[in-house]
Amino acid sequence: MSATTDSPNGGRYIGRGLPRPGAKRLLAGRGRYTDDVVLPRMLHAAFLRSPYAHARLGAIDVSEAAAMPGVHRVLTGTDFAAICTPWIGTLSHFKGMRSAPQLPLPLDKVVWAGQPVVMVVAESRAEAEDALEAIQVAFEELEAVVDLDAARGAQAPRIDADAPDNVLFRTRIESGSTETAFEGAESVAVDLRFGRHTAVTMEPRATLADFDPGEERLTVHQSTQTPYQFQDLYARHFGLSEARVRVIAPDVGGSFGMKLHVYHEDMAVVGASLLLKRPVKFTADRMEAFASDIHARDHRVRARLAVGPDGVFRAIEVDDVTGVGPFSAYPRTSAVEGNQVVRLIGAPYRLTDYRADLTVVAQNKVQMSQYRAVGHPIACAVTERLVDLAADRLGLDPFEIRRRNYVTEEMYPHTTPSGYRFERLSLASCLSKLHDLMDYPALRAEQARLRERGIHRGIGIATYVEITNPTPAFYGVGGAHISAQDGCVLKLTPAGEVQCAISITEQGQGSEAIVGQIVAEGLGVDRDAVRVLTGDTETTPSGGATWACRGAGIGGETALQASRKLKARILEIAAAILQAEAGNLDIREGAVTDADGRARMTLKELGNLAYYRSDLLPPGVSPALTVAHHFAPRGYPFAFTNGIHGSLVEVDVETGFVTLLKHWVVEDCGRVINPLLVDEQIRGGVVQGLGAAFFEECRYGETGQLLNGSMTDYLVPMACEMPDIVIRHVETPTKDTELGAKGVGEAGTAASSGAALNAVNDALRPLGASVSQLPMTPERILRALAVI
Amino acid sequence: MKARAFDYRRVASVAEALDAYAACEGEARFLAGGQSLLPALNLRLDAPDLLIDIGRIEALRGITLEGDQLRIGALTRHAETLASELIAAHAPLLTQAAAYMAHPAIRNLGTMGGSLALSDPASELPACMRALGAELEITGRDGTRRVAADDFFLDLFENVIEPGAMLTAVRVPLPAPGTRMRFEEIARRRGDYALVGLAAQLVVTGATVESARLAFCSVGPTPMRAPKAEAALVGRPLDAAAIADATAALADDLAPDEDEGFSAAARMQLARVLLGRVLSALMTREHGEMAA
Repeated sequence: MSATTDSPNGGRYIGRGLPRPGAKRLLAGRGRYTDDVVLPRMLHAAFLRSPYAHARLGAIDVSEAAAMPGVHRVLTGTDFAAICTPWIGTLSHFKGMRSAPQLPLPLDKVVWAGQPVVMVVAESRAEAEDALEAIQVAFEELEAVVDLDAARGAQAPRIDADAPDNVLFRTRIESGSTETAFEGAESVAVDLRFGRHTAVTMEPRATLADFDPGEERLTVHQSTQTPYQFQDLYARHFGLSEARVRVIAPDVGGSFGMKLHVYHEDMAVVGASLLLKRPVKFTADRMEAFASDIHARDHRVRARLAVGPDGVFRAIEVDDVTGVGPFSAYPRTSAVEGNQVVRLIGAPYRLTDYRADLTVVAQNKVQMSQYRAVGHPIACAVTERLVDLAADRLGLDPFEIRRRNYVTEEMYPHTTPSGYRFERLSLASCLSKLHDLMDYPALRAEQARLRERGIHRGIGIATYVEITNPTPAFYGVGGAHISAQDGCVLKLTPAGEVQCAISITEQGQGSEAIVGQIVAEGLGVDRDAVRVLTGDTETTPSGGATWACRGAGIGGETALQASRKLKARILEIAAAILQAEAGNLDIREGAVTDADGRARMTLKELGNLAYYRSDLLPPGVSPALTVAHHFAPRGYPFAFTNGIHGSLVEVDVETGFVTLLKHWVVEDCGRVINPLLVDEQIRGGVVQGLGAAFFEECRYGETGQLLNGSMTDYLVPMACEMPDIVIRHVETPTKDTELGAKGVGEAGTAASSGAALNAVNDALRPLGASVSQLPMTPERILRALAVI
Repeated sequence: MKARAFDYRRVASVAEALDAYAACEGEARFLAGGQSLLPALNLRLDAPDLLIDIGRIEALRGITLEGDQLRIGALTRHAETLASELIAAHAPLLTQAAAYMAHPAIRNLGTMGGSLALSDPASELPACMRALGAELEITGRDGTRRVAADDFFLDLFENVIEPGAMLTAVRVPLPAPGTRMRFEEIARRRGDYALVGLAAQLVVTGATVESARLAFCSVGPTPMRAPKAEAALVGRPLDAAAIADATAALADDLAPDEDEGFSAAARMQLARVLLGRVLSALMTREHGEMAA
């Protein structure tokens, strides 16, 4: 890699743009994904899925299917109810939240179209699918709750008959007095709608459960980002010993939050293996992925901003209604997204008066839950649209109004009206860096020139604040068995190499790459001498794994401190052998050296001695060359990051098509460990955000049918339509850790849709039009322009 | 997504294929490039008893000049259509259209005959055949007949091929002097099915439009000609006024359906814009003017 990709604050490895060690293997087709795992006596599962969004279940006749060739067992809800305890997607810190208990397969009703109803376990997937066609299920269709607003109506059918209405959770955040602040002030308002979209991972969900009745051991290969969480869940819900449950996440082809939720099929596959005492595999095909993977977003947000004549913000009021499917997802709930929306709105700005209402409603659609940048894009788009409207109202430039209202340097540590505490952000420096990077005045001049020729370009910017490095404040306080700490076991092998087993996981983003860099630097060895192991509950220490932007910040610090521990151990042994003071020794490039860098012995020599000739060590000196370290952040509840996006678009006002001309990001994720990977995290995130802004939408019909559940009809953003993405960094390390790293996984997604929304509206503004619904499809833009 | 079990037979000649079809007691399907059939089988939208693989029948291949026609074998892959110098010289509309057809991996396998026999109105080739005034060769056990493209398409995924017969070639008339051709489409993403596509062929003599054939994709159950818009162009110069009249007339030619995510009004708007843009491009000779 060229030196220009490296961080200016870098060390020998930390801050270097090194390629991922696993990339060549994956490119060569040597990946080993869950579906690649084949076990002796393995059976395959397929599911009959509900064609109705809401229906009572009548008689299920499986007699013909059970007798078909290759079929081993046909299972229904009652089979699983006997062996699996129900799960409920609530957390105790979301006061008053409720959600219907779930079982692997339903007993009496179905609540979304695509819900698995009957499971066939057969010799092959094809035979299992053949048998599905022979199953008779008597469905009695019920009126479906589809629309977000209608779901709350007094006349709406109830999805959970035991509940008074379809509201699963409500909360209000209030600080100061917004009513007073709005009195006599200029104000601007938005009513924004955000469609549903979904993850569309390259590798779909896959689960292979293997129960060994001899030892009562359960081994599950699963495409997930959180193996420890599933170890706990399988043990508890199936009454197994946790130590005898092993969850292995082999190569995982993308996850984006989608693969950390409990899916009915996963629980059914584990249950089937327990019942049949054989390995059972289920791999979701693409149609099933659309029908059963979690969806993201689905909000209607009404908000208003009061602003003084000086352009200073006075108050924000928010009402967010989010539709989350028939029940709340487990174990993280479907309330976190909305909760983060109402807590992040207005976050970059000086505000004291703030009020936000959140209503989480049930509907007969597939479950909605955490997906990359949970809540951030909604909060960002709402805030930044309000800010642009205020700028427009007062005749201020979008850069200027932000500059006037950002939380300022002397305010840190700063607490937002919603209770988030910022250690330090770099809002103003990111803003001015973006201004230069875009060459903003030139863009505006070009925009004006082209406007005269009937070419309608728009420029939009959007500031984000991102939640990273979560402490137990996130889930642990709510009673979830989701760890906020990570563990790392480091071993110096007899040959003087390093094995690192760590609890953060790898889904293609490069977790293993950065951990290797951190350990190599922390220990003083070559990067190639460090081998990183992840994704197996039996060979790695328990920890939080990878979610919510925590791998680098928490896992990375864990690895750094573990490497310090191992280094101390190595130097203690070396000191004994070399009859030196450990404090006068160091490790550099794989050798124990004097303080001045003169090599005294290689780590291979030291390893050989410690493992094979421990008799040569003085009495009382342990030969142990394996250390374990666990770390959980204890300072701020979250390490907040920030940044800003710029978007340049061109709107074809005859067709409603938008050409994405360029996108800029200036981001601050604290200490950059690998700038190459940070840039790719940003780029991937930007593309996902632009997908939500223009292309991706799970469209439902009036009866709750998903209308576009295929790769033909669901528009994943593709390279041809994507703009060049220019990225720059500002580094404000957190002082809570020695490493100083924060997360960067959501930063691309958090603000790209908001910047694009502002850009399109900037293009439409002179035409007297505006759009307020994502994705911004040609149809919606044509309607906004009153062309149709 | 696994297909139901089926029998498979690879044949070496058209006669053998037709015999195999006739001999099949259940449902049989001809398999060419498989780019639509195989997904349909995997989705269990179709479940034939027998697949007759015609992919290696040499007689179905080849692009040749025959008299005043260009004959294109049914097994011509889209990638071959895109690369063929004969097609570029005599039917550049197809070369232009092939560039819009899906992605390279699909173009490497998908075939001319397969696309036409499927008769998906969203596809490019059916509209091109109508714009070119092509003939389609259909071979059954009782011989070969030719059907004009205007008479070939009956409804959504329906055409005049009898069960057991096969589309074996298309015949495109060599263009008259002054012929101009252009294919364009509007799709959300490069390679997607068109929201609206237009295959246009004009013959312009001197300053006057002698004839106009306009065929649209994705605005009806079949590739749709636009007779009112065509009439608005013929017998006058191709200028801004003629183009305005043609786009205005389009409302009487097309009545696209509402479909999820795209209203009839939006589709109609796109069709008008596309017609205007294609005709404007055809005003200059550089766009598709054929050598005399």
